[in-house]
Amino acid sequence: MAYGEKMAIVAEGLRKSYGETEALAGLSLEVPRGAVYGLLGPNGAGKTTTVGVLTTLVRPDGGRAVVAGCDVAADPGGVRARIGLVGQHAALDEVLTGRQNLVLFGRLQHLGVARARARAQELLKRFGLEDAADRPAGGYSGGMRRRLDLAAGLIRSPEVLFLDEPTTGLDPRSRSEVWDSVRELAADGVTVLLTTQYLEEADRLADRIAVVDGGRVVAEGTPAELKDALAGDWIEVVLRERDDVATAVALLGRVSGAEPEVDEAGLRVSAPVRDRMGALAAVVGELDAEDVALRRPTLDEVFLELTR
Amino acid sequence: MSVRWLVADTWTLTLRAFSHWARQPFVLAVGVLFPVLVLLMFAYLLRGGYGDDYPSILVPGLLALTCVFGLETTMTAVVTDASRGITARFRSLPMSGAAVVGGRAVADLVNSLAGLAVLMACGWAIGWRIESGPADALAAVGLLMLLRFSLIWMGIYLGLVAGRPEAVASVQILVWPLGFLSNAFTDPDSMPAWLAAIAEWNPLSATAAAARELFGNPGWGGDSWAATHAVELALAWPILICAVFLPLAVAKYRSRA
Ligand SMILES: Nc1ncnc2c1ncn2[C@@H]1O[C@H](COP(=O)(O)OP(=O)(O)OP(=O)(O)O)[C@@H](O)[C@H]1O
Ligand SMILES: [Mg+2]
Repeated sequence: MAYGEKMAIVAEGLRKSYGETEALAGLSLEVPRGAVYGLLGPNGAGKTTTVGVLTTLVRPDGGRAVVAGCDVAADPGGVRARIGLVGQHAALDEVLTGRQNLVLFGRLQHLGVARARARAQELLKRFGLEDAADRPAGGYSGGMRRRLDLAAGLIRSPEVLFLDEPTTGLDPRSRSEVWDSVRELAADGVTVLLTTQYLEEADRLADRIAVVDGGRVVAEGTPAELKDALAGDWIEVVLRERDDVATAVALLGRVSGAEPEVDEAGLRVSAPVRDRMGALAAVVGELDAEDVALRRPTLDEVFLELTR
Repeated sequence: MSVRWLVADTWTLTLRAFSHWARQPFVLAVGVLFPVLVLLMFAYLLRGGYGDDYPSILVPGLLALTCVFGLETTMTAVVTDASRGITARFRSLPMSGAAVVGGRAVADLVNSLAGLAVLMACGWAIGWRIESGPADALAAVGLLMLLRFSLIWMGIYLGLVAGRPEAVASVQILVWPLGFLSNAFTDPDSMPAWLAAIAEWNPLSATAAAARELFGNPGWGGDSWAATHAVELALAWPILICAVFLPLAVAKYRSRA
């Protein structure tokens, strides 16, 4: 298979500025076909802007992107015909019923009346919205809206589905319902790109994760790779004198095999370690430190570490 | 994008607006009855010593004012869709982009036609009559709809620019001075000269005066150029508004963030 056929999404060096704010600062991505790909990042990282560029809603200032084989700049119509988008905020007609919403979006994707109705019925059933189908969407709960929104993104079984923070603001039950839906889609072979602020969500759903911060990808890999690299224990030493910093850096570097983090002002040096006891013994034996500690980073710390 | 899909998508979105009315008949009724209320208020409470002719002068003025009120209807619909993310979803679909504005335009024209019909019926009940032939009367309705048509594009553009529902309220307020600074309710000759000049050249006045002329109703008279060329002005103003706002609205809709 040619490279372009193996990848559902290829983005290279995407740039986008809003006045002084650089929303995307050279973001690159490659999403294999059939993958569930997580874009993980804090508020303002550039997740929605990335989704905007890939779904032809936002024109990038620089870089290029190919989605489902179509270039977003040269063939936006081709992209639109092959994708589904579920935005960060539910995009529903609140006056119309759930069913009317789905029929409307089906008609606008050029399904015939009968086909659009049948598809609406299928999706209402699949997302457990049959009981609420004929009530105005404005009266739906957050979880129901999300599910209706998801259904609207799936009317014409897309090749690539974009989900922008699909579970933000949902209770645990609705969240796991959305997760189940995403897994089903993935099982059907749909490529899913989802953004999230939750490491747990990315961990559970995604085959690969890109951690985004400041408009670029700061780490990429399978959840296991990222966790190995980042979520292991850290050893941290607090030194007595500035003169010891170089020694400590060399020692920790040797013990951990990674580049240690240095906080010169606080006289702290830290590094991730695998062999906890060995590392501790080596440091205590070889270094006259004020304090030595092993600590396990919280998920938040891992995230903060990456997006610092 | 083929013409066939443009037509089909426009129709789908027109039907969407009809479904809104069916689901919210109250909103529709308030919109249609508000001008009727204004008519009754002015005809009975505030007739201002104009005598028995007043309803005949007032009704065409209010028909034109109803068209101007439509600006707000269009803006509200556009702003609601934009702020709820529906416009963005439309943009992400492989549908005709022109249909989004097209559907809005068709639905709003139908809505206004219904509003004009109700107001004319009520006007009839209080003594207003069409005193001309059917061709002239149709021409009057045509000019009213032309004004409404031009304001659809202004409404779409302003709605897309504003983006927030709060902004509609300010337009709502600004429509009133425009309504009073016209010949809809009062004779511009009774205003101070500089206000009278504004009132005479107000697009609303042009359409109101042209409608009076074509319905065969009495007018305010006056021998200014604007007053004696009402029909020409009632054509020129909407064409000018379209020339400015139609391209702006389409460009604004097409422009990606
Ligand atoms: N239309 C816009 N106008 C101005 N600034 C914008 C616009 N869209 C995004 N930005 C800015 O670009 C940056 C990235 O925004 P983006 O919405 O892509 O972040 P995000 O990762 O989706 O954040 P969140 O988790 O809050 O949704 C932010 O600083 C944001 O303020
Ligand atoms: Mg976002």
